[in-house]
Amino acid sequence: MHNLTIAELVKGLQSKEFTSVELTQHFLDRIANLDPAYNAVITVTTEQALQAAAAADQRLADGNAPDLCGVPILHKDIFCTDGVRTSCGSKMLDNFIPPYNATVVENFEKAGAVVLGKTNMDEFAMGSSNETSFYGAVKNPWATDSVPGGSSGGSAAAVAARLAPGATATDTGGSIRQPAALCGISGIKPTYGRVSRWGMIAFASSLDQGGPMARTAEDCALLLNCMASYDDKDSTCIDREVPDYTANLNRSVKGLRIGVPKEYFSEGLHPGTEEAVRAALAKLQEQGAELVEISLPNSALSVPAYYVIAPAEASANLSRFDGARYGYRCENPKDLEDMYCRSRAEGFGEEVQRRILIGTYCLSAGYYDAYYGKSQQVRQLIQQDFVSAFENVDLIMGPTCPSPAFKFGAKGDDPVAMYLEDIYTIATNLAGLPGMSIPCGMVEGKPVGLQIIGNYFDEAGILNAAHQYQQASDWHTQAPEGIA
Amino acid sequence: MSIERSEIEKLATLSRIAINEETISEVAQRLGSVLELVDQLQAVNTDGVEAMSHPMQATQRLREDEVTELNRREALQAIAPETEDGLFLVPKVIE
Repeated sequence: MHNLTIAELVKGLQSKEFTSVELTQHFLDRIANLDPAYNAVITVTTEQALQAAAAADQRLADGNAPDLCGVPILHKDIFCTDGVRTSCGSKMLDNFIPPYNATVVENFEKAGAVVLGKTNMDEFAMGSSNETSFYGAVKNPWATDSVPGGSSGGSAAAVAARLAPGATATDTGGSIRQPAALCGISGIKPTYGRVSRWGMIAFASSLDQGGPMARTAEDCALLLNCMASYDDKDSTCIDREVPDYTANLNRSVKGLRIGVPKEYFSEGLHPGTEEAVRAALAKLQEQGAELVEISLPNSALSVPAYYVIAPAEASANLSRFDGARYGYRCENPKDLEDMYCRSRAEGFGEEVQRRILIGTYCLSAGYYDAYYGKSQQVRQLIQQDFVSAFENVDLIMGPTCPSPAFKFGAKGDDPVAMYLEDIYTIATNLAGLPGMSIPCGMVEGKPVGLQIIGNYFDEAGILNAAHQYQQASDWHTQAPEGIA
Repeated sequence: MSIERSEIEKLATLSRIAINEETISEVAQRLGSVLELVDQLQAVNTDGVEAMSHPMQATQRLREDEVTELNRREALQAIAPETEDGLFLVPKVIE
């Protein structure tokens, strides 16, 4: 059952080939048996999952089942779940049990999905390797000495290891696409404002966006149908109808104009990754798409602009963790100041503290214009690059990340080396555009991701091209050793 | 780019993060390397470019001034480190 796609599971459940309780128990058993090797799941909600599965089976029997009725999924531990610990990968929230659900969680509940548990992640979504999690790093199912990517590394590894057919994730600078690439699965970051951020623990509010991960583009479309919504509770959510993302999947790519940015194939790109990505582009060309070389001249500025904007917004967002109302409080504070300072020093990990300090620096008196103001201007330039490019092309494609999964500790000493992991993904967050990663090859036994960037609200166009590529390739069906 | 010890101490105070004396120089070195990265921005000509705060130029929308949230004080205080009589307790502020 674990090798079936979500589309197939929905059919199997509706035609009563298996029940949701059987399916849910099967995935719970897989988590119990296999996850000790990967550490992808922080909290397993066995009892609630089996109850929800039984309720789903009842609805399926009654014939009034919603779209994802009985399908088991995992939530990234950044989405608040009523009554279930939501840690955000941090000691700060190790004891945090939210009294409410995130809108995304509500949406899946309404669609009848069964939640198996919560996935591991970099602390407060700050990282590209999952090494910053308070609960320990997640291991890549393709090579357990290597990182799964981050920050949604737990969700990506869980889907790759078939611990769940799909999972929720979030992307601030590449946190859906980069782990999807390194774990050989599919994942889409929608347009900024497409998915509600309410109840999704904030990192950098002008960049954060939730999205789904699954093995195929079709499954991502099914999950996004449920995940995307307009939400009054998120003031940056865009009030726009959610289309059926599965409607155009079968459209041919004939005549599709694909922009290939020359800046995404420059030095630093692993030759094996380049070869796999070029082969995928050639395959799409064979299917009738047209490749057009384009330029995104300000690409190189996206990493520095991001590492001002993201930490600046993080330093403001994370000021809410004060040890007073929820989360970690240090022992025996001698006064209020001591309570704040020690709770934050003891509750936050090293990378989170570093980003708070950088953000505070960039926002402090005398530096604001030179750093934050300047970055917001550069952000405009980066967006203009994309706006110009989309005048001539329908989609933009290139590598998701510069190389396949690296080994644990390989980028440990230098934060900047780690930051460059997101060099191809960050620009779309700065511009607010949708982007996806799908598997397109293997290098040294590790997966390579093809990145597909679309125009604003063209998630359907991205998913269509991804699905068409997956009709002509089988990278998305491959499983790590010992998994199938 | 180097960053002074005293500057790290000031940032730590502003951020309300207790900082360990022994780690200051290491923190300074790592922050320095990040600042070196972001300093690439200073060379960019952004004259006349408007700062971008929302990708779709969306502005805050307004709503009717109505009560939409229920009072959930008990549920919200149940997860607090320390409360008493419906109040959050913190160390004594006034002597």
